[in-house]
Formats: sequence, C-alpha cells, structure tokens
Amino acid sequence: MEARFLLGFLLLLSLSSFAFAIYEDQVGLADWHKRYIGKVKHAVFHTQKTGRRRVVVSTEENAIASLDLRTGDILWRHVLGKNDAVDQIGLSLGKYVLTLSSQGSVLRAWNLPDGQMVWETDLQISNPSNSFLHVLGNVKSGRDSLSLVCNGGSIRAVSSIDGLVVWKKDLSIDGLKLKHVFQPPESDTIYAIGFIDSSLIALYHINAKTGELLKHATQASSVDLSSEISAISSDSLVALDTSRSNLLLIKFMAGTITNHKLPLSDIVQDFSGLAELIPTKSNDIFVVKTPSNVAFIKVKGDNEIELIGKADEAGIVSDSLTLSEEEQAFAVVHHSNNAISLQVRINGREALTEGIKIEDHRGHVKRVFLNNYVRTDKSHGFRALIVMEDESLLLMQQGEVVWSREDGLASISDAVVAELPVEKEGGVSVVEVEHTLLEWLKGHMLKLKGTLMLSTPDDMAAIQAMHLKSTERNKMTRDHNGFRKLIIVLTRSGKVYALHTGDGRIVWAHLLTPLLQSESCPSPSVLTLRNWRVPHRKALQENPSILLVGRCGAGPESHGFLFIVDSYSGKVLETQILDHSIAEVVPLPLADSSEQKLHLVIDDKLNAHLYPRGSDALEVFVREMANMYYYKVENAKEVIKGYAFKKGCSTGSSAYCFGTRELWSVVFPSDSERIVATARRKINEVVHTQAKIMTNQDVMYKYITKNILFVATVSPKAAGGIGSAAPDDAWLVAYLIDTVTGRILHRVTHQGAQGPVHAVVSENWVVYHYFNLRAHRYEMTVIEIYDQSRADNKDVMKLVLGKHNLTAPITSYSRPEIATKSQSYFFTHSVKAIAVTTTARGITSKQILIGTIGDQVLALDKRYLDPRRTANPSQEEKEEGIIPLTDTLPIIPQSYVTHTRQVGDLRGIMSFPANLESTTHVFSYGIDLFYTRIAPSRTYDSLTDEFSYVLLLITVVVLIVAILVTWAMSQKKDLQEKWR
Amino acid sequence: MERSSALIGLIFLLISISCLINPISAAASGSGEGYSIAGRVKLDNFVTKGFGLGHSPKLSETKVILNGGQRTTFVRPDGYFSFHDVPAGTHLIEVSSISYLFSPVRVDISARNPGKIQAALTENRRALNELVLEPMKDEQYYEIREPFSMLSLVKSPMGLMIGFMVLVMFVFPKMMDGVDPEEMRQAQEQMREHGIPSISNLVAGRS
Repeated sequence: MEARFLLGFLLLLSLSSFAFAIYEDQVGLADWHKRYIGKVKHAVFHTQKTGRRRVVVSTEENAIASLDLRTGDILWRHVLGKNDAVDQIGLSLGKYVLTLSSQGSVLRAWNLPDGQMVWETDLQISNPSNSFLHVLGNVKSGRDSLSLVCNGGSIRAVSSIDGLVVWKKDLSIDGLKLKHVFQPPESDTIYAIGFIDSSLIALYHINAKTGELLKHATQASSVDLSSEISAISSDSLVALDTSRSNLLLIKFMAGTITNHKLPLSDIVQDFSGLAELIPTKSNDIFVVKTPSNVAFIKVKGDNEIELIGKADEAGIVSDSLTLSEEEQAFAVVHHSNNAISLQVRINGREALTEGIKIEDHRGHVKRVFLNNYVRTDKSHGFRALIVMEDESLLLMQQGEVVWSREDGLASISDAVVAELPVEKEGGVSVVEVEHTLLEWLKGHMLKLKGTLMLSTPDDMAAIQAMHLKSTERNKMTRDHNGFRKLIIVLTRSGKVYALHTGDGRIVWAHLLTPLLQSESCPSPSVLTLRNWRVPHRKALQENPSILLVGRCGAGPESHGFLFIVDSYSGKVLETQILDHSIAEVVPLPLADSSEQKLHLVIDDKLNAHLYPRGSDALEVFVREMANMYYYKVENAKEVIKGYAFKKGCSTGSSAYCFGTRELWSVVFPSDSERIVATARRKINEVVHTQAKIMTNQDVMYKYITKNILFVATVSPKAAGGIGSAAPDDAWLVAYLIDTVTGRILHRVTHQGAQGPVHAVVSENWVVYHYFNLRAHRYEMTVIEIYDQSRADNKDVMKLVLGKHNLTAPITSYSRPEIATKSQSYFFTHSVKAIAVTTTARGITSKQILIGTIGDQVLALDKRYLDPRRTANPSQEEKEEGIIPLTDTLPIIPQSYVTHTRQVGDLRGIMSFPANLESTTHVFSYGIDLFYTRIAPSRTYDSLTDEFSYVLLLITVVVLIVAILVTWAMSQKKDLQEKWR
Repeated sequence: MERSSALIGLIFLLISISCLINPISAAASGSGEGYSIAGRVKLDNFVTKGFGLGHSPKLSETKVILNGGQRTTFVRPDGYFSFHDVPAGTHLIEVSSISYLFSPVRVDISARNPGKIQAALTENRRALNELVLEPMKDEQYYEIREPFSMLSLVKSPMGLMIGFMVLVMFVFPKMMDGVDPEEMRQAQEQMREHGIPSISNLVAGRS
C-alpha cells in the first residue's frame, strides 16, 4: 500500500508539468476574488474605546462575520453548515461572540479579535423544532458570566469561559413557552416568565447559581396571547393578543402576576388593521407598529399608558438602544423615491433626523441597526447600519454613507456572459505613444530584473502593482483575445449586476422588481437570465441584450413577466407582464432577422409560448417546428417525458402559442429508483473533431449529439445522506437517454453506491461523482460513447470512392449502433459543483473543474478520466499521452485554479470561452466570487506575460554586434592574407 | 483574566488526559439514539513552508465536515472537535483546510455494541486507534520559481542562439587552422566556382 502511495506520488510529480500552475507573483494578474457575507439579519456593535471598532453580523447565508466599522472590510468570517442557521448572536465578557444556531441547539463562542472558535456546546435540546426563545442575558456569577438559553420550557445556563452547561432546568410543563428572562441587579434570583398554551401566564423564580426552582405562579390571561412580547421594565412586559389589536400589560411583582387588557384603539386614535410589537428591552417604553404609523408608548404608574410619540409614515424601526438608565433610542427609517431619512428618537421624542440620497437600484430599507457614540462634547452621536432590499449593507453616520457593501452578490442564482462594446476608431497622440513606450520599456526592465532574480523587494512590489494596475485589462471595450467580457449575474433579491472580468468591479446594477410591483403583479421575483441578443453578422450595430424571466407570485401558476435589458448599460428596453405562467424557459438554437434568439416559455399547462413576438421569428420557428422537441423531468413522479410541438394551444388562440404532444416517457420504478441528478450538454458547446485516433492507428467516431441527457437514480433507502444506508440497500443507476426519441442509449448500475451525484456532460462523454459505500470513498466514473455505425469507414478505397457515411448528419431519428467505454476511479473529496472548460473552437484539451468540499476549484485534466488508461501502457500509448492507471485520481495542489483562495459556500462554476483558443474563463460563485483565466493545454497560441521582450532585444543586439565583429575580423584576416 | 486562562489550561489538560485514556470517545447522549464523535486535528509536526503572501495557516480556518456537508464544525484552539447526536452507522469525516491535505476518515459507530467507534483513513485504509487527524502533506499552490542560473539562460532559445554564434566565431577558425593552406585555397576556389558566397563577402557586399 505504501509502495503504491509512493508510486502515486512519483507519478504526481512527473505529471505536474502539465497541470495548471501559477507562480506566486502572478496572483491577481488574471484572477480576482471578492468576499461577501450575505444579507445581514443580526448585528451587534462592539465600540469600546480601546481597540478597533467593529460590528459582528450574522447573515441569511449562515455566515458570521466581524466587519471593520470604519471601512466595512471583513476582519474575519466563518460560514456555518447548511442546516446550521444562526438564531441569535451576542457578545460575552467583552471578548467573545456567542452564536446560537441550529434552532437553538448549538451554542458557540468565537474570539472577537481573530475569529477563532473558543468553544462549542451542544445543548441537547430534545425537540429543536419547537418554537423557542433564547436569551443570552449575561448573568454574573462570580468571575464567570453565564448565558441562558431557553427553549420551550427548559433553561440552560452556560459558562462563557469554557462553554460547560453549569445547570439546566426542565420545567416540564406541556405547552410552556418561556418568553422572557431577567435578573434584577445584585440578586441571585432569575425570573423567567412564559405562556402556557396562549392562555396562562407563568412565572418562575430560579436560583442563578444552581438552577434551583424557588417559586412559581400561574395566572389566567384575559386574552389569547400571541408570541409577540416586549419587556418594558424589570417587573413588567407587554404582550399582543392573537387578534393583534389588543395589548396586555403584565406585571409580576413579588411572585404575583397581574395582567391588564388595553385595546390599541384607545391609545392610537386612527388604529386599524394588524399591529406589530417591536421587541425592545426595559425602560417603560415600547413600540407598536401599525399599518399606518409607528407609535411609541410609555407605561405610567400601575395600569396607565400614554402615547408619547408617533412616526407618521410606517417605517422600519430598529431595536432599542440603551443610552443611559433613563434614555432609550430607536431609529426609524423611511424610504421614498431615492432618498432615505433616518430619524433617531430618544424616549419617543425626535432627537435627530438625517436625510440621505441613495442610488435607486438599492430598493427599500429592510432592516436597521442603531449604534451610538459619544462626541467630544459628551452628546450622543448615532450611526445606523442599514440593510437594503437588494441585500446591500450601508453604514450611515452624520447624514453620509460611510461605506456600503454589495452583499447581494453573495446569493447569485444565475449568470450569463456578454460582450463589451467594440472600441471606437480614433487617433492616438504621439505624446501618448512615447509615454506608453517609455512606461513599457521601464516595465520590461523591471520584469527582466525579476527574471534574473536581481530585483529588490521594492522592485518586486512595483512589478506586482504594475500588473494589477494595468489599464489594458480594465478597459470598457472588447479586446482581440476576448479576455474582457461582462459577467451578468442574477441574485436572489432579483438584482442584476454586470461584473467586468478584468477586476470584478460592478459596471452596472439594477433592481428591477420594484418597477413591476403593482396590483397585477403583487410579488415579482426573477427566476432566470438568458442571452437575448448576441450580435454578429447582420445586427452588429445593435447592442447585445439580456432576457430576464420571472414570476409575479409565489405559486407555479402565477403569471410571468419578462424584461429585456441592454447589456452595455443595464437599461430596460422592454417590460412585459405575460398572460400565462412560467414553468421553464427553453432557449432555441434559432434567431430572428435582428439576431434576437428565439425562446420558448413553457407554462404550467404545457403550452409553449414563442418569444420574441414577431412575424419573422414565427416564420423561423414554424419552419423548424417539426424538428423541435422538449423534455421534462418530473422528479416527484420519477418520470421523464418527451414532447413535440403542434400548432394551436389549449388556452388561447394566439399565433405565438403552441401546444405540445407527448411522444415518449421513461418511467422509473418508484419502489427501487429515485431521480437524484440530471445533466446535459451545454447548448453552445463546440466540438472540433468527431474522429478519435487510437494508438493502433484505428479510428473511433465519437457519438456527438446535443440531445443526450444523463440521469442518475438511487434506491429509495439510499436517498438520504451518507451514513443512512447500508451498502446492500444502496445502488445507483446511470442512464444516458436521447431526449428526442426517449431511447435509453446506455444504462449502468453501481451496486453499493449512493448520492449525492454531480455530473457533467460534454462532447461524447459524461463524468459523474458519487459515493461508494463499500469502499467508503467517493468515486468518479467516465462513460464515453462511440458511434459504431461509422466504425467501418477505415478503408481508404471506400473514402476515395465516396462510399462512406461520414457526411451523413448525426440524427436522433436513426438508431445507430453505439459502443461505450467506461472506467471508475476513487476521488478523495466531496464535491459541491462540477463543470468542464469550454474553448472557442473545442481544439484545446478539456479540464474538469471540480468544486471541492474545501470550497476550492480543482482543474483535473480529462486525460485522467480516460477509459483507455491501463496499468501498464505500451510504448505507443505512453507516447500518445495515456497515463498509467491508478485507483485514485491525483489531486495536485498546483492545479487548484483558486490557489490559496476559497470561494465560501461554493455553489456554481461556470466556464466560457475567450477568443483565444487556448484560454478559457472560469467564474465560480458562492458567498464569494472568484474569477480567473486558465489555459488547459498552456497558452500555445500567444506569448505569455512571462515572455521577456528585453531578453529578446538583448539577443538581437548581441547578434548584430557579433555579426559586425566577425565582419571586422574577417576583413582584417582578408587583408592579412592579401599582404602575405 | 490570568486566572481564567489558567482555568482554561487546566480544563484542556483534563480533556487531553481523558483523551489519552480513551481517545475515541463516544457516549450515548441524553436524547436517545445519538452518539458523540470527538477527535482532534493535530498540526504540531507540520511546519509549513512556502505558504505565500504572509498567510500563516490558522486553525481557525479549519473546518471538520461530517458526511459531505450534513454537519460542519470548527476546530478549537487546542485542535479538538466533536459531533453530537450522530446515529449509529458508517460515517465520513473530512477536514477542510487551505494549508493541508487531509485524508477523509471513515468512522463506524456500532449499533449492537453501543459506544464502540472505529475509525480508518479512507485514502490508505490505515486504522486509527485514536481519532487524531494529521495532515498527509501541506499544500503547495504555487510553482516555485527556479533560481536564476547561467544554465537556464543558456538553455533558453536566445541563449542557444548566442552560444551557437560564439561556437561559430571561435571554434570554426580554430578548426580551419589545422587545414593545409593549399587545400584551403583550393576549397575556396571550388566554392567560388559553385557560387557559394562566404559570409565575409556577403557582409562586405561584394561577391
């Protein structure tokens, strides 16, 4: 075994020459990496006098991060697991960040300065699905500080220093939900108050040091209690009833509970609709939000309450901020047109109002967090952290946006590529040329110094800076090599961004859904993004554009809408609310006379609607309609169905609406198979050659068709995660299905294997990754498909006489003989995403891009996944580049395209071609974004940046000098000869 | 502050002692079927070299992942990690670290013999008698630039060109010296007759 390892390692070393690799000083030359955190849901400020001011946030992407309050930069960030959503965060002992996650069952402490996890405690909550409340009140107990976690009817006290559960108390009463815990100052008793089944109020006195139950009392409530409460002082709280129109004031002094019902309409005059209680902490004031306004209410005396302030428009209210014993501050943020106004209210009175202009592509304000600082004159200043509709984060202070973060980019759901504008013709001044020539020479002198290892660290820094600053890569125009492009991405919030491939900056961004919001379209959400117009040939003067398709409501039957957006500027060219629903958008390989790509929108009744609406588009489609097919994978029913289109549709008489006719269906036995993954070829993939020359001069013909669908099914018992099934209960079946005829081209069963399955289809092969339960390792399998009907075209005479079928089109209508070759290998890591490199003409060899569990992207040569690999390749096979077979695919660290970067929570990898055949763009996204350019077979068609022009110049000069010297010498010699 | 850190130290010491006695600890937890898996990531013996741009490998960036992403936990400052409430069965633990390559670990929790846990590295099927995960190797993401040497300069295409020129300039005349002057002249005559110009003539522009 050891020997094999060594062998593998040696092989690895010998092969590392053709892996993608960069030098350390090339970092940032072609790649960029952007880190984000996602939509913020909790924020805690840490603004002590000493040390850096920071804000700790948790987000909807399950990330927790510490941001620098001055710049908004990430100081540290951790991404928790997928099922580990953060419920609450807090600070403890001034140096730990506490996070409660997984529905209140896991409590972790992180070191505030560097983000190292200090401890983790599993609270062993028996029923985490229960609705719960968690209080991270810091209850002092000696030197240590306790944090209380309440869940339903149980309380746990956790030591902040080491995370040990000091005591736990299960009150074991059915239906009890603890709502509030507090500890009067200088007391060892904790008061816990809760509701039992929304009709009883219960109060418990608990010893803070031991968890011993000292006293308890219950009292029937006069109204049905909802779960919203607001604690207003050390001995009273306010609750809202289930009708959301009455308040209940609960006092619990000296072990007795009194409650008092107060109709909201008595307090707020023009009250109607449903109220909302904003959670606050103590000090006799609470905030009620009604549909029309926000009311600040003060409790006076026993059962008296008084309205002390009102914000007229319904705004977004922050949590309360305690300034001093008596003073409570709230922030109320209103948004109108393209301005937001921040109003800070202290004890309900308006203390500060600031207005600020804001880009209109950020949408409405979603959340606000308030923080204060003490000015030199001892007055309070305020800063507010604002979360916008597009999930961006702004820090506002003194009427200015101090910094903003585009955290919407952490939730990319779809991406397409668009070209940049063509460079305009124009003269370049001589001065400019001279200047650039000088710069150019200087740069190359520096580079030469670098290659000769003569450079000082300063020079090295200058080289690095020069690389990064290079204006060439950031221009807003198309370049000859196709390195500069726009990546247009769609995020969960519905915002569309155009990113420049040069440095990842945002060229334009638009939040389109608010434009639509109306009666007919109540809650628009964008589903997908497609290239609408890619100009070439006829329509070069037209700008390229992007199609955005979305739904007006949540259900699949709600009406769709579409936007057409100019890709240069992001301007909306066309908006349309459709009269039908959207189930799927099928791009067709056809375009109308103005180069608009034809798309079919399939609705939930299986009608196909043609876009763009135009007579020539219709004509083009009708001409090709007989050759158009559509398939649908019904995951729930374990069925794949194929359809053809027919004229006339079931819902209307529009000429652009077509019906569908079922042609075939593949039904998987639901008791033994579940569909877990499907994959198909990219619609725009280019294949260079159909023939593949084998080592023995034999020719194999690849079976290349766009209609191939890979489907993986697993046994129902193995449908869960790893660890849930035994090897004997698990199997995985891989199918290759022709989507036109429904013919199953190939079927293979892997016994003892289970998902998750990740697959990629390209040319005539499919590579898929799954888990082998018997070996307990991940495996990757490659299947290559060859066309046997063309296999006998080897005779030269036949080719000369034209008796071959090579020019016959590949069609799904005929049923050619096919042969498959397959091989499996072990792979070390779990996989999150898989893709394949695509180049402009498909000549360059392919690499498989694997997003690993460590959030890195590995480029694995397709040659490692070649079914022709054998343990002992013959001499000819070696010459051809066949790698000796090993049981495991090698992981060469230099072939990680992300090098030392990680793409947090990696979700997708996209590869798109540059104009240069050798080079392809790779864009991977998760919470972070990473872009780079790679050359799978090295850059064979252009000089790399590494090329030293100065060395070339020196060589030329040396050669000329040498020629002159030899000439002079030979002259001299000739003369001497003649004198002799 | 100092006393609290001393307390932490004491607790860690206790944990490590208990781990020495029973390294793979598994305990049926209070909520019934689940077991706990506790282990340690050990980097002590690994000194990183060549990990660039001032990144020092940090334990805080190391994640431990159960079953390909079902659960994720982080490593404590002393390297310990644990998963709670894991059902009996065969599980897979992976360590995600930017600076090191770890082998995934297969962990068997016996259902019949509660609390018995076996672990083995999947890459080389080596059984672990304690769940201490050590990296297989550190990751070297960048090609190392070869130090500048005359040889590499000479080996480059330009170097070869210059080398060849030097050879022609200095070695060929020496070879000529050995030839008899009479024969040489004859050869030159012949060459002229056949119209092969000499370099000197070509450069001088008269042939």
